[in-house]
Amino acid sequence: MSDQIIEMLDVNKWFGDFQVLKNINLKVSQKQKIVVCGPSGSGKSTLIRCINRLEEHQKGKIIVDGIELSENTKNIEKIRAEVGMVFQQFNLFPHLSILDNCTLAPIWVKKTPKTQAEEMALKQLEKVQISDQAKKFPGQLSGGQQQRAAIARALCMEPKIMLFDEPTSALDPEMIKEVLDAMVNLAKGGMTMIVVTHEMGFAKEVADEVIFMDEGMIVEKAETKEFFANPKSDRTKLFLSQIL
Amino acid sequence: MIKKLYFLGMPTRDKLNLFVSVGTLLFVLGIIDVILNSFFEMNITSFLPRWINYFTPLVFSFVGLHYVRIEFSGIRILDRLNKNINLNWFNAILTSLIIFVLIKNIPPLLNWLFFDADFIGTSKEECSREGACWIFVNVWFKRLIYGLYPNSEIWRINLSFLMLIGLVISAFFVAPKIKKYIIIFLLFIFPFIAMNLISGGNFGLEWVETPAWGGLSLTFIISIFALLFCFPVGMFLALGRRSSAPIVRYSSIGFIEFWRGVPLITVLFMASVMMPMFLPDGVYMDKLVRVIIAITLFEAAYMAEVIRGGLQALPRGQYDAGKSLGMGYWRMHLLVILPQALKLVIPGVANTFLALVKDTPLILVVGLLELVGMIDMAKTNPEWLGFATEGYVFAGVVFWIICYSMSRYSQYLERKYKTDR
Repeated sequence: MSDQIIEMLDVNKWFGDFQVLKNINLKVSQKQKIVVCGPSGSGKSTLIRCINRLEEHQKGKIIVDGIELSENTKNIEKIRAEVGMVFQQFNLFPHLSILDNCTLAPIWVKKTPKTQAEEMALKQLEKVQISDQAKKFPGQLSGGQQQRAAIARALCMEPKIMLFDEPTSALDPEMIKEVLDAMVNLAKGGMTMIVVTHEMGFAKEVADEVIFMDEGMIVEKAETKEFFANPKSDRTKLFLSQIL
Repeated sequence: MIKKLYFLGMPTRDKLNLFVSVGTLLFVLGIIDVILNSFFEMNITSFLPRWINYFTPLVFSFVGLHYVRIEFSGIRILDRLNKNINLNWFNAILTSLIIFVLIKNIPPLLNWLFFDADFIGTSKEECSREGACWIFVNVWFKRLIYGLYPNSEIWRINLSFLMLIGLVISAFFVAPKIKKYIIIFLLFIFPFIAMNLISGGNFGLEWVETPAWGGLSLTFIISIFALLFCFPVGMFLALGRRSSAPIVRYSSIGFIEFWRGVPLITVLFMASVMMPMFLPDGVYMDKLVRVIIAITLFEAAYMAEVIRGGLQALPRGQYDAGKSLGMGYWRMHLLVILPQALKLVIPGVANTFLALVKDTPLILVVGLLELVGMIDMAKTNPEWLGFATEGYVFAGVVFWIICYSMSRYSQYLERKYKTDR
């Protein structure tokens, strides 16, 4: 299939003696939305951090947009510029205003002219509905606003793929919705997304496929409706019964 | 024991006026006792045994402060004083002691410094010797500032420093766009112009050898160059120590630990005595240059550890975010990591800079005479024996002014770059 944008073949990873990823095989095609869930410590975050090589895998192959991830730093930087990522702890740059957070990478990595980068940033901030906060610093914003700013920052690089690493886990309950809304809008716009989350409502609404991970393995991978309606493995059933 | 003090009863709000007036009276009595004792050689309590009357002022003020210690008295000043300097008996004793020590010592000090001091004159015979003899500093002033630099050429040093001050001040007032160029000029071009001007040897300027340089101007020259160089060197060492490449990491660790483990005085000796032996034949490096290099490397090792502290304090998420936006090592560090880390370590950097400035007098041991060195020379001049105190007080004041302004500037920077909350 030519529209496959991410391909993971027999990926293995160890932290010291501890194996975090075991024979992961995953194919993601363009515009597909995948939700990854599972208990903590199951390797979900490591899995998506491998896709833009914030973590190295030790065995197997990861191919993103036709480029294989390897030691070659030029390739890595190229892939990272194409893959946006949103973190649990937002990780905005506290010494820069929200606008500068959004224009920093476009200006210095993609060499976009400053005025153009700012236009782009304001457009993206508008989409997540915080363009009025552009001049403020991250420390002056609420958690939900910061996370939406982080989404806008990632989008300013015009990525082909967006990775979300538990984007709502560090938020107060009342702020979760505003962030999920921004993500739903993004999904409707046709972005390829891989989302690690415990928000099953979001999964039901947006995801094409749901992956359940445990102990470093993909236990179950099914279409969303199928996944929730009749999960196959007992481990998945147990997890779903606890979380829903 | 304290209960026995209540012969007037517990200090309460009911008898506020009584207690406040009696307390104030006792406190003032204690202070008057000290003043009479130290300046008029009178002792109003001399009828008491000596071992008691030595402590009477303290007892007076202690009891006095005890009586005025009334909570919510309704008098704002009293409440404030009670809260800040008279919270409990220990606090009261400390307060009284500090006041007494100040009363005893400040006036004599001021007398020595100013009122009994001699300022104008040309020889030590004009000094009354009752207070400080500032004539010493006055007569030697030119030497203390310019060292042994020839009098006819002093305008060159003045011009360099005036240019420096002018440029720095103008940098504060011009638009940011021009400011950038002024700073680049200051950092990369001006040092060469100034050095050329001061050392001479071309453009018709007389060549002045570095041993003739000295005094406060030399303090500034060495400090400024060492500060300029030690910061970037320290930054690279800090990054090197955290590098994942073993060669870079271990050579940085080795460098830092070597320089941190050696006393500066040894380093200076090495720079002046041993380094020429390692230089290839025919290569001559001026002693001043060698000393500046030595001080730079020495302080860079400290700077590296200070900056590393800042790097260590940043959460890993900042690195993740930088990387995930496609930034490489240098872009990530220059745009994301270092601006935050350096902001965190402004106090530590200021600390190292202050230490550097105050370390410069050590170059005395290799025969370069900056301010303190010149004072050393002046005080051993047969004409001017016995004025070491004045000289060192002068040096102390000058260094204090330099260091205090640097410290204030660093605090200003801290506030300026504070963006969180």
